[in-house]
Order: sequence, then structure tokens, then C-alpha cells
Amino acid sequence: MAEKVLMKGNEAIAEAAILAGCRHYFGYPITPQTEIAAYMAKRMPKIGGTFLQAESEIAAINMVYGVSSAGKRVMTSSSSPGISLKGEGISYLAGADLPALVVNCQRGGPGLGGIQPSQSDYFQATRGGGHGDYHMIVLAPDSVQEMAQLTIKGFELADEYRMTSMILADGTIGQMMEPVSFDFEIKEAPEKPWATTGTGMKRPHNIINSLYLKPEKLEETNIARYEKYAVVEEKEALAEEYMMDGAEIVLAAFGIAARVTKNAVKAARAEGIKAGLIRPVTLWPFPKAYFEKALGTAKEMISIELSMGQMIEDVRLATQCRIPVSLTKRVGGMIPSVEEVLCAIRKAAERIGD
Amino acid sequence: MNYKRLTLLAGHYGSGKTNLAVNMALDLRKTRERVALADLDIVNPYFRSKDSGRELMEAGVRLIVSEYANTNLDIPALPQEMYALIDDPGLSAVIDVGGDDRGALALGRLSPAIAAENDYDMFLVVNRFRPLTRSAEDVLQVMREIEEAGHLAFTGIIDNSNLGAETSPEDVLGSAGFAEAVAEKTGLPLVLTSVDEALYPALAEKIENLFPMHLQKRPV
Repeated sequence: MAEKVLMKGNEAIAEAAILAGCRHYFGYPITPQTEIAAYMAKRMPKIGGTFLQAESEIAAINMVYGVSSAGKRVMTSSSSPGISLKGEGISYLAGADLPALVVNCQRGGPGLGGIQPSQSDYFQATRGGGHGDYHMIVLAPDSVQEMAQLTIKGFELADEYRMTSMILADGTIGQMMEPVSFDFEIKEAPEKPWATTGTGMKRPHNIINSLYLKPEKLEETNIARYEKYAVVEEKEALAEEYMMDGAEIVLAAFGIAARVTKNAVKAARAEGIKAGLIRPVTLWPFPKAYFEKALGTAKEMISIELSMGQMIEDVRLATQCRIPVSLTKRVGGMIPSVEEVLCAIRKAAERIGD
Repeated sequence: MNYKRLTLLAGHYGSGKTNLAVNMALDLRKTRERVALADLDIVNPYFRSKDSGRELMEAGVRLIVSEYANTNLDIPALPQEMYALIDDPGLSAVIDVGGDDRGALALGRLSPAIAAENDYDMFLVVNRFRPLTRSAEDVLQVMREIEEAGHLAFTGIIDNSNLGAETSPEDVLGSAGFAEAVAEKTGLPLVLTSVDEALYPALAEKIENLFPMHLQKRPV
């Protein structure tokens, strides 16, 4: 597909996954991500892949465990309540060091909440979500093009580090239609000598497991896994900087909130206010270094979120509370307007006497 | 455009039916007194004709839509007033059928009466830039699935090929061959080519039966 096509964000994820060599999709429908399953249902049978609508989200994530154990690229997708159901399976993937891609196209919560967009699963995604000590690599696209691009990156990082990658999107990015190009260079999936592919009587059995009978061994495994996480934090943290040159008021926003915030920052600059945006692309690892660097000129920070304030904690940790950090938010499926964000920037400018 | 009493728009998911339906209803209102836009989509809870509710009301177009459209509830509900389309022969209407065969399922409830009255057009809306309907063969398959689910035969094709905000006049002109191939494959006439009104001046002299549309703009 050299020519651009017009796609929903969810469809772009599905097509990019196929391009990345994923031939196994397991899911269960839930708005606002059902287009991923619908697209896979149409495409997978035509290319010799597997599409399976499981009997539940829990079944789907355990099918992912199975395929990943056999060394193949595999994914599932859901929206907030469905991701909660997958939590146990995601923890098992982490405990067995299995690569996989999980998509969460977030909707309002808690509980059944509503079908409009949200970013209130930030804690769940960046702190693990399931039980035990573990992390996922969490990627936050802000356009249909990036839905495709980060899906491919998600598979690559998952294989490289034997971790689960999560695309943390929201209902708006999932549903919006934009032109998208699939002109990507795809890296071959690496060899997976650990996979349970049959010994061919040539090697000892591989075992995929998260149960350790000896506590010493379990401790050792956890410590080794966290050494790997430290490498991921060191090498893979990524953010986009927008108008950060000399920025005194630094905004932090991801996904759909970042698109609104960009317009507000541009408008603030036109008014002579030195505003800038750091848009985390990886939410875990959180791009701390970008925020540390911003402290050179920043006097205040504002976190713009579709939640009651979750990423703001990482902004405060990254800046070690050295300058004030405030929150501008909408929840329940609402999105802050450019005017609301601009208002918050103007108020901050008054406070710092800009 | 010579409108029949009922104009139905169906096609692949995301081909642009709702934008077209809103604009056609407004166009129809220019020559008819009693006009309705009926939204029969039971699949997609987003981007509904209700987004244009105010514009339609101000123009005097009656909106027949499920009360759950654009709410926080995703439920396959039909509008209470949909039987007015059949019971009120003085009403002219544009009917926005949902996407694909799944979206057209609810149409089957009305189609026997629509077919018996036989004062309708059902147009297949196509967009060459949608990834699953890139070829005339793919379009033909979608068309057959919709006719089977909705129990009503198409009468024409509308070429709505576009790349959203990035659409250029060349993109529209470059889709003419696709639209012709679809017309030939399906045996249906190409009745309209629809474009964003911003592109209309550049294309009006080059394309026959060009239909300008005023599109809802996203804030971001």
C-alpha cells in the first residue's frame, strides 16, 4: 500500500499488525475498539492468519500466551473494562517473559463508565495493572499514522525485550479517520530460541512458565527482570517536543489531549507567552530526561489529561517537585477545549509574571 | 438531482454516507417542503447525523434518529419515528443506512414497503481510499452483502473518493477510473461524484454531476 488510504485509527492498528507479521489475533468486541476485531475478521482468513473471537477477554489473553509461547507475533485488543479482565493474563505474560501486543482503546470509567474517550487507564497501564512486580512498554499514539507506526514499534520492542507492549490509545484516536501511509520498513522478527517449537531431538525442552517453587529462584528472576527494565528505561524513553525553545510554561499531554494542547501552545506563543509541550510517546518508560532538561527554563508545568490526574504524578516525579505542576482535565468522555487549555496557560503566565 | 420520494445511502463502513446524507437532505429541502433525514444505523455509535442536528433543524429538516445516538450508551436501537418513512407518503426523506451488511440489517424491516411503493433510489457510496474497497471486485462483494442483508436493490453509485482533509482535486480526478470500473462491474449508473465544497470550483468543469458538500470540521 504505497498510496495513502483513509482509515480509522483502529483499522490502522490492525493493518499495521498484519504488516508487522502478526498472523494471530484473539479478541472480544467492545466499543470503541471493535473495528480492530472487525478488520482482522475480514483480513486474517485471506492471508492464512487466525482471527478468533474468544468467549471472553480472559480466554483471548490466554490464547495470546499460547501463541507467544510458540514464538509467533500475536495480539489482542480491548477497551478499559476488557483490559481489566485481561489483567491476570498480562501478569502471566510478564511472569513468563513473553512478547505480545495488547491494545487498550480507552473509554470512560470506572466500571462500565461510557463509550466516549478517556485516558484514565494511565495508572493501570504504566504501573502494570495485574498483580506482581512488572512493567509493560506503553506507547501513546496521537494520530492515525502513529497508531500504525507505534503498532509496528510495539511488536519490535516486545520481541527485543521479551515484554508485553501496550498501545494506550483513546476512543477519539481509535475512531477518527485520517490519511495514513504504510510505507514502513519492517524488521524481521528475531530468532526465539526459548520458544516451545519442538526440540527435534536436538536440544533440551523449553519451558514457558511463571511458577517458581523456590523463593530464592523467584527473587533472582524478578531482580534479573528489573535489570532488563532498567535498560528499557535507559534506551527506549521517547517524547516529542513542541515549541520547547525557552519554554517557561511547559505542558505535558499525550494522545488526543496532546493535539488540543498543541493548538493551545501555538495560540499562547502568538500572544507572546513562552509555552511549550512535551508529548510523551512512551508512557512507560516515562521520558523523564525531557522534563529534567525542561527545568532549565521552565517555571511552571501543566498536565493536560482526560483523567482526574494520573500522568501528573510522573511529571512531578520527573521534576522532583522543583517547580509547581498543576492539572487541567476533563473526564467522563469529555475532551478539554483549546480555549480551556489556553486559559490555564494564561493563568500560569500571570502567576509567573511573564 | 431528481430525487425520488426516498433516497437511501448505503455502502462500506466509513465511505462517507452520513456526511452525504446530511448534505442531500439539505439539498432536497430546497425543492420540497416536508423533508426528513432518517438515521437507521444500529452499529456505529459515533459520527452520527445528530452531529448536524442543529443545522438540519434550522433548515427545517426533520431528523429521525435513535434517542441513544451520540450518548454514552452503545445500544443497537432504532428511532421510534422510523415508520413515518412508510406511513406518511407526503414526506420526502434521505435514509442513512448503517455501514456494511451489518449496518443494513435493520433496513430489511422497511424494505418490503419501500420496494412495493417503488419511489426510491438506493445509492452505493464508494471511496477508493478505503483500504478494504480498493477494487471494483471488493465493492461488488460489499454491495451483494448489503443487498442480501437489507433486502433492497441498489439503483446507482455515488463516488465519494476522498482522503479526508488531505484530499486534492487530483485525488478526485484520479478516482474516476475506479468509479467507472465499479459502475461497469455492478451494472449500475454513476449518478454523482461528491466532494468537499472547497474542491468544487476546481472540479466543476471537469466532472459531470458533481455534488458539493459542507463537511463537519473536527476541532483538532
